[in-house]
Order: sequence, then C-alpha cells, then structure tokens
Amino acid sequence: MYAQLVKSEGLKSREDMSPEERDFQDRVDNGEKIEPKDWMPEGYRKTLIRQIGQHAHSEIVGQLPEGNWITRAPTLERKAILLAKVQDEAGHGLYLYSAAETLGVSRDELLEKLHSGKMKYSSIFNYPTLNWADIGAVGWLVDGAAIMNQVPLQRTSFGPYSRAMIRICKEESFHQRQGYAIMMKMAAGTPEQKDMAQDALNRFWFPSLMMFGPSDKDSVHSAQSMAWKIKMNTNDELRQKFVNETVPQADYLGLKVPDDKLAWNEDKQGYDFSEPDWSEFFEVIKGNGPCNRERLNARVKAWDDGAWFREGLNAYADKAADRRKAAAVAAE
Amino acid sequence: MSKKEWPLWEVFIRGQHGLNHRHVGSLHAPDAEMAINHARDVYTRRREGVSIWVVPSKDITASSPSEKGPLFDPAESKTYRHPTFFDIPDEVGKM
Amino acid sequence: MSGAQTTDAELKADPFMNDDAIRAAFFEWLCRMGDNALILGHRTSEWCGHGPVLEEDIALANTALDLIGHTQMWLGLAGEVEGKGRDADDLAYLRDAMKFHNLLLVELPKGDMAVTIMREFLFDAYHHLLLKWLAEHSTSPRVAEIAAKALKEVSYHLDRASDIVVRLGDGTEESHRRMQEALELLWPYTGEMFAGDNVDAALSGAGIAPELTGLQGLWDEDVRSILDEATLKTPEPGGYAHLGGKQGRHTEHLGFILAEMQFLQRAYPGASW
Ligand SMILES: [Fe+2]
Ligand SMILES: [Fe+2]
Ligand SMILES: [Fe+2]
Repeated sequence: MYAQLVKSEGLKSREDMSPEERDFQDRVDNGEKIEPKDWMPEGYRKTLIRQIGQHAHSEIVGQLPEGNWITRAPTLERKAILLAKVQDEAGHGLYLYSAAETLGVSRDELLEKLHSGKMKYSSIFNYPTLNWADIGAVGWLVDGAAIMNQVPLQRTSFGPYSRAMIRICKEESFHQRQGYAIMMKMAAGTPEQKDMAQDALNRFWFPSLMMFGPSDKDSVHSAQSMAWKIKMNTNDELRQKFVNETVPQADYLGLKVPDDKLAWNEDKQGYDFSEPDWSEFFEVIKGNGPCNRERLNARVKAWDDGAWFREGLNAYADKAADRRKAAAVAAE
Repeated sequence: MSKKEWPLWEVFIRGQHGLNHRHVGSLHAPDAEMAINHARDVYTRRREGVSIWVVPSKDITASSPSEKGPLFDPAESKTYRHPTFFDIPDEVGKM
Repeated sequence: MSGAQTTDAELKADPFMNDDAIRAAFFEWLCRMGDNALILGHRTSEWCGHGPVLEEDIALANTALDLIGHTQMWLGLAGEVEGKGRDADDLAYLRDAMKFHNLLLVELPKGDMAVTIMREFLFDAYHHLLLKWLAEHSTSPRVAEIAAKALKEVSYHLDRASDIVVRLGDGTEESHRRMQEALELLWPYTGEMFAGDNVDAALSGAGIAPELTGLQGLWDEDVRSILDEATLKTPEPGGYAHLGGKQGRHTEHLGFILAEMQFLQRAYPGASW
C-alpha cells in the first residue's frame, strides 16, 4: 500500500508480555484509541513512525506523476479538478506528517530520511504518466487501491493516525470519481482516446496490484501490526477486494484488464487473477523503477531550493518577536 | 544561517454556524500571523465567516495519562458528549 | 462551459451585451482580463508538488485555482459578447499567441519564489485596484458581477503576497537580495499595466472600465509603502517599460506555455475530454 514494506516486530504472545504491554493490548482489543501521551510499546511507536512516515512520503511524492499533467489538462475544468486533487494530496501529506509528529519525530527529520533514501514511498509513484488517460487511470486505480486500505485504517488504534485517515477519506472520495469520469470520457471518445484509455489500464493494472505489497499471510511482522490494529487486513485480502470491485468497472468502460488468467470463481465469490511480477516490484523498491531518480530528485530540489525561503521567513519572525519585546520594555 | 524547523501550531476553527472552536489539525509556520494564513489555506480553503485560532503546540498542556481515570470517567455515561464522529462506516470513500 | 448563467432579464439590463458599437473592443478587453488570469494561473500552478514547504505548496495551488475560476468567468463572458459561439475553453485552447492579450508580466517564467511572490504582489496590487473599481463603478452589470466575485479572492491574494514580500525583504541577507533582484527584473514589465490604448479608451469612455492612468497613482503609493516596509528599494518611476502583450506581441515564453497548455486540443481536434 502507501506503506508497503513496513518492518515491524515479531508477534508477541500474551505470556511474553509485560504487565504494561498486556494492559496496552487490552485497550487496543477493546477498541480504545491510543493517544500520544499514553504508554505504548517502543515497537508500536517505531512501527507507526515508519508506517505513517511512508504513507506521508507517498502522498507528497504522489503529487508528481499527476502534477506532470496540470499544465497540459485539456479543458479549464479538468485543469481545476486536477489541480485541486493534487493539492489535496499535499494536504494528506501534511495531515500524516502531523500525526507522525505526535510520536516525537519532526517533519524535517522525516523529510531528511526521504531525501537520503532511508525511508521509502509507494512503488506506484515511480511509474510515469504518459498520456492523458493516465490521469484517469491514476485516480481510478491508484486512489482506488489507496482507498481500500485507508477506509479500514480510519479504525486504527492510534488516535492521531485514525483522525488523519478520517479527514483524508472524506477528501479522497472525489479523487477516484474524477479519475473514473476521465476514463468514461476517454473510453467513449474517439478511437485514439479509447486507445489511450486501454494503454493506461495496461500499464497501471499490475503496478496497482503491487500497491498492496507481497503476500503477507504468513508474516510475523504483519501479525504484530494487525494485533496492534495499525494494519487492518492482509495484503492479499485487500488485493482480492480491489480486483473484485475494479473488474466490473473496467467492463463497464469496455476496456480489457490485461490479464488472460482473469476469471470469475464462483466458489470463492471473487476473481482469480495473475500475480504481478514481484521481481519488478523489488527492483522498483530498490530504486530501479522507471522514474525513481526523477521523483526523488524533484523532491530534493524543491526542498533545497526552498531553504532560503524558509530561513528568510524564520529570520523575519525572530526579528519581529525581538521588536515586540523591545517595544514592550520601552513601554514599561 | 539557522536551519531550524518552522514551529508546529495547533489549529482550531469555528464554522459559520458552529458553536465552539474545534481542533482540526496542525501545521508549521514561522509565527502566529503566518500560521493563521496557512490555516486558512490548508484547513478552510478560505471559506468566509470562519474564526481561526492557532496555538503553538509546545504551549499546550495535556492531562497526563495517570489522570485519565478521574478526569474522564464521570462523563462516560453521558453518551451525548461522545459524537459518533469516529464511527464512520466502511462505505465511506467508496465510489 | 462558460461561468455564470444569465437570465434574459439580466442580459437586457446590461446595455453592452449586444452593442455593435463597442462589441469588438469589449471582447478584446474581456480577453485581456481572462488571459491575465489564465497565464498567471498557469505559471502559479507550475509550483504544485514543487513548493518550498507543504503549506506554501497548498497556498499557491489555491491562488492558481482562484485564477482558473476567474479565467472561466472572463473568457466565458468574452465568448458571449463576441456572439460567435465560442466558449471559454475555445478561447483558452484554440487561439494562437498573437491572439492572446495578457500582460507580458504574467507570462515570464516562474523563476524562484522571490520572482513568483514579487510578481504576484505587483500584479495583485493592480488587479485589486482594477477589480474594486469594476465592482463598484462599472456600467456593465455583468462585468461588475464577475469583478465582485473575483475581488474577494484577489483581496486575499494581495494580503498574502504583501505579507510575504515584507517578510522576505526584511528576512535574511539572501532573501533580501533575491527579492530586490526579483523587483528589478519585474519592474520594467509593470508599466504595461497602465499603458492604455484605444481599447482601454473605448471601455473607459463607456464607463465599463476605469481610466488606467487614474489607477497608477494609487498603485504607486500602495506598492511603495509595502516595499518600504520590506526594506526594498523601489526603482525609479518612469523608467523603460516593455509593452506589447495587450496587443498580442509577446515574449518568447508565451509560445511555449501555449504549446504545453493546448497540446491535447491541438493534437486531437474536436475530441471531448
Ligand atoms: Fe493518494
Ligand atoms: Fe491522498
Ligand atoms: Fe488521492
């Protein structure tokens, strides 16, 4: 997902837990929210920082592939919608960094880790947006996949994370719709437009399935995260749900999902489908995706080029505070 | 030259017909005036008729977890104080 | 596609909607208003995802969104006045550079944040005065209505830009230097805002738009007081002014903006998006 490979602790059995840990687990099991000042296992805090941080990074790096088309949007209305959508993603990043900050890490520290490559963001944003239908496909498939994960995360155990997800989900609902609306226009448009739509689906289908991460049904890391309710479903569950919901939407568009093995399975009441190429996934994570370098460079450049701006505003704030102090002293 | 991070602010907003200011989130800004502008851009998208408070996060004093029992327990039965805000159905966000 | 829907009653109430004597100049002037908003909005939107800090990234996108909204209203009205069935999108996406009539100031590259914020400030100070006059005095109710809507947003743009100009001007040595350089780069492009031609004369004659020279004194005062507070040195008035944008003679930059902006509409004529 937006946080695809978050390292966590192995699952602890109840006997191995300290009294504090048992107490904590009971609160989580009862559906209580954990708040920043509450006692929490160090592993819970660290895993959350990694997960929320990755999620936040994904939101702001995720601005880039779509931002790529803002100046080329084909109508004024599409331009406004796309700009508003990409702006929302910046807001999502901001909310999530704020949630991470309640755990005692600063936003600048997290950004530093993104820029140095120590922290990752979702693999999906290392794929290019090559034609206008990609903007439709990203909204429909990428935001669609993200929503699969984010809706259950509204119930996550950590209060600030849960509240950020609630706010994000509210804003997210229009993202998938605007993407699908573009796809409907393209799929029903000229032959060239329909080709673009099919091409976009061909390129984004498997990378979208990769967003859920490799199968983790046997992973102890995932088991711990699920016990802590910072992960709500297995990757495979979410992927299956996504395929089940998306295939009829593709059918409606008259587009073909690029998977010859795709078939409805009456027994499991879901589709059988091909796994994405996981070797490609691991290459992308390692930095060898088509756009890894461009994406990271763009973020680093924005940050470095903005240093004088941030410092200038800091300096003025300091001077203004000094002036206010001096005026107050003079008035006494 | 200082490389210090812009301080963190907590943002509270009272809507047009709202009763109390409500905490909506946080943001970074070099000082209070800019925090107000940022809050307007980030959290209200500049709808008019709203009142914004910003408070430096470092100046907020929170009750400590040990006080949790006595401070919060008595209100537990008064369910009307607990908006169902957080129990958003799974359907939210679906297409 | 165009902005506000208008009732027949309102159309009748606006004496200029169907007036052949002023139609050409009115259309032209409305295109200038729309083109300024469109091109400045385009430049501002280039920051999305590349801003110096998340809060500023979001604020710049808000500004760009407002400007796109103004574009839809002005160009929509321009199409109605022209009466040839062109809507705002037709005007934005299917005119070539020489038919674009924005100020040269707004098409210059976005540069660093100093250039971006300084340009926004210099333009907003003018834009705000102009919209305020239009909202209060225009003899065209349709123009006054759009101006009143845009004015609310542009008042905020001006406040925000002024505030940042002061802060960066009086910030660090580097921010001061960058702001002064941006000011000197942009200053020769500000004269065009007040250089009237026969279109401006026709519109002010009809009371639709103000006499530009009347705005200049106010602009000078407003701008100078902010620049003083920012500890920046205001360039001498009456220096050289680059002109031509309003008449369709642009810098080399506009062609590239349009090549990018109009690409899909040009490559797939008649397609619906
Ligand atoms: Fe997203
Ligand atoms: Fe998002
Ligand atoms: Fe989204």
